[in-house]
Amino acid sequence: MSAVDQATPVLDVRNVSKTFISGEHRVKALESVSLKVMRGQCLAVVGESGSGKSTLANLLLGIHQPTTGDLYLDGNLLPGHRTLPLRRMIQLVQQNPLSSLNPRRTVGASLRLALDVHDIGDRQGRKERVGALLEEVGLPSDFAARYPAALSGGQRQRVAVARALACEPEIVVLDEPTSALDVLVQARVLRMLDELRRRRDLTYVFITHDLGVVRNIADRVAVFEKGKLVEESDTETIFINPENPYTRRLISAIPIVSDEEETLRRSLMEETNDS
Amino acid sequence: MTALLDIRDLTLSFRGFEGENRVLHGISLNVARGEKVALVGESGSGKSVTARIILGLLQEQRSTRVSGAVEFDGRDLEAMPAKARHRLRGTDISMIFQDPTSSLNPVYPIDVQFHEVLKRRDPKITRAAARERASEALRDVSIEDAKRVLDSYSFQLSGGMNQRVMIAMALANEPKLLIADEPGTALDVTVQAQTLHLMRDLVERKHTSVLFISHNLGVVREFADRVYVIYKGNIVEEGPTHALFSDPGHAYTRALMAAVPKITGGGIPEIPDRSESFSEPIVVHPATEASS
Amino acid sequence: MKRTFLILASNPMSLIGLILIGVVVFSAVFADFIAPFPEHRGAVVDFTNFNQPPHWPNIFGTDLVGRDLFSRILYAYRISLMLGVVVLAIAVPIGVTIGLAAGYLGGWVDFVLMRLTDVFLSIPPLVLAMAIMGVLEPTLTNGMLAVTAMWWPWYARLVYNVTRSEAQEGYVLAAQIIGASRLHIMFMEILPNCVPSVVTKMTLDLGFVILIASSLSFLGLGVQAPTPDLGSMVAEGGNYLPDSWWLTVFPSLAILIAVFGFNLVGDALRQVLGSDQ
Repeated sequence: MSAVDQATPVLDVRNVSKTFISGEHRVKALESVSLKVMRGQCLAVVGESGSGKSTLANLLLGIHQPTTGDLYLDGNLLPGHRTLPLRRMIQLVQQNPLSSLNPRRTVGASLRLALDVHDIGDRQGRKERVGALLEEVGLPSDFAARYPAALSGGQRQRVAVARALACEPEIVVLDEPTSALDVLVQARVLRMLDELRRRRDLTYVFITHDLGVVRNIADRVAVFEKGKLVEESDTETIFINPENPYTRRLISAIPIVSDEEETLRRSLMEETNDS
Repeated sequence: MTALLDIRDLTLSFRGFEGENRVLHGISLNVARGEKVALVGESGSGKSVTARIILGLLQEQRSTRVSGAVEFDGRDLEAMPAKARHRLRGTDISMIFQDPTSSLNPVYPIDVQFHEVLKRRDPKITRAAARERASEALRDVSIEDAKRVLDSYSFQLSGGMNQRVMIAMALANEPKLLIADEPGTALDVTVQAQTLHLMRDLVERKHTSVLFISHNLGVVREFADRVYVIYKGNIVEEGPTHALFSDPGHAYTRALMAAVPKITGGGIPEIPDRSESFSEPIVVHPATEASS
Repeated sequence: MKRTFLILASNPMSLIGLILIGVVVFSAVFADFIAPFPEHRGAVVDFTNFNQPPHWPNIFGTDLVGRDLFSRILYAYRISLMLGVVVLAIAVPIGVTIGLAAGYLGGWVDFVLMRLTDVFLSIPPLVLAMAIMGVLEPTLTNGMLAVTAMWWPWYARLVYNVTRSEAQEGYVLAAQIIGASRLHIMFMEILPNCVPSVVTKMTLDLGFVILIASSLSFLGLGVQAPTPDLGSMVAEGGNYLPDSWWLTVFPSLAILIAVFGFNLVGDALRQVLGSDQ
């Protein structure tokens, strides 16, 4: 990899806005947002419903087109209509693994689809690759013959991650990937995601409302409120010295289990009351 | 003082095609008058079926078998005829669910639904009187423009507003026990935190007992006086909230606490897939024995 | 599949349905071996033994030209079932494809295909079939054509609705993001999820197709003599009620058994497969 590559952000969102028009109503879902994500980083996109974080994800994935502004991948402008190789680069892991896997197709068939569409490997090679992908996300390779109904929530989400990886993407958009899971399962899946990123040098756009998760997995944090990017900085700074009152409110709303966290939270709340 | 709710050695099994499937292995728990108790466990741990048994909803199904004692307000729920159990629901025992918007009927405005709720206690209450009571109940949950809310339909209100309406309805008949099953999990975090505070203040003021069911230890920490941790149909730890959080005794409780991502950082903990130690016997923190 | 069958067999009503269907299918397939007078399916005349009430060996009696009614009913089942299978084999693929395309592609495809479907649905089915049979000759082939023309729109509607809701599911989004083609998404991802509803409707419809075909022949527009057909047997026998009651009662019972059997199983399937989704 050349020095230029290192300096170019893998994803560059330049002054992007998105307005939805339904009848008389014009809804500004996203207003002049600019963001850069470097290769191998995990950017957390934080906000609540109506913050615009899902709209941003849809723009990155090419499901919607920005009303104004441009998206750049590896320094190249992403066109409105994306070719297959471009689509491959940005993949998605959805929130609800029950809905994101086809209940009437086997795990193997779901994984094979990505390999078939992008013509990765030959016939025999693909079968082996499906097994290898399953093992990479911590599942036995014979799960390929199973249907989603025979898997637990955590296992389904691992399959969804394997399917995203099957495309060999550069960027993975993770849309609340663990919020439907129990806490123990969530911790295991998060750990797996973190290891995968390091091993494959992946870039994550991690969409979530849970700042506790963000604290432990993200390098940078972008906080959205009502379609606007209200704060963006590295994770440490956000938690030690959040500038925006909305960021503070989000932090103080996280369920906590230790006195240490309580102390941190109280200090944040006092600052809010002072200002 | 006797407990308001006293469950002793409760077991539950479902009969299915593949024989009996035991879901609760003899759990015991109690809630004193005015006490806020949390029951924490993962999905499939048996926490939600416990709530359904207290409401008397599972006993009436043919495929279930329930044994053990459930005493509410000094009366044995198991010995009670189905009709009497039915009378308790919505009057002395009420419930709040996960998703407030889907628990309200979108076809009727809020005031009609309030009227129905109040009729459970007082069948002859007039619409006007019910509206008066409803306005008061809404003011209790910090809804100032009660008139507008009462004339609205659930889909016209925000999730947080619906959650407050649900809380107001659940407490409108002055129940002795409120069962809250993962309240507000479907809402935004800031709204959820806000409504939980509101609910805590209100039940404290009204001296209502609460059984709070959740999968997240963090959520119950600020809410409950006492916590039970349930794992695969067994209570594995119980104790006053402070004692349990500052010194978790059971391996499973420790794993649950470790698994909640900390805002102070420290990375994501490694959680073993399955641990023998999760099946170790119950850990009881001493202060609970004094209260029973 | 095996689980579904076991559940059906464990419920008394659907078990009765399965047995009735079994009887009908068995009669149709093995008519050549069961029928005491296989030659009576054609134009045979036996004036020594005509219009007789049930007796041995004619257990259902004989018709006006002395043919064994029991044998003719067995062969009529064969025709009815074949008709039902052929009609559905044509109507279902057409309806399913149209419903999938309209539901998934949306836009003008949706508009054109679904308005066309609405046009067919707005004509009373029997009137449509009678119109087609009136223009064309009343033969078995044209009968099938007529029934098919009135049947596919129901499948288009059904699959359209299922497709519209399935298209909102995460797995469709996932396939789109991977870059799968529209054809793949329609036929490999969404179609398998329509199968339970389609199979259920097909089971119910086999009974109805038999009924509507019988209605057509009852009106003299269906299968023509001497081919045995339940509908025309009932129509013909109706003229001789109540004296020659067996001419009407046994073919009617035969229709009842087939329609009832398919309905019982269809209803049970709807419950079993419906709860799967």
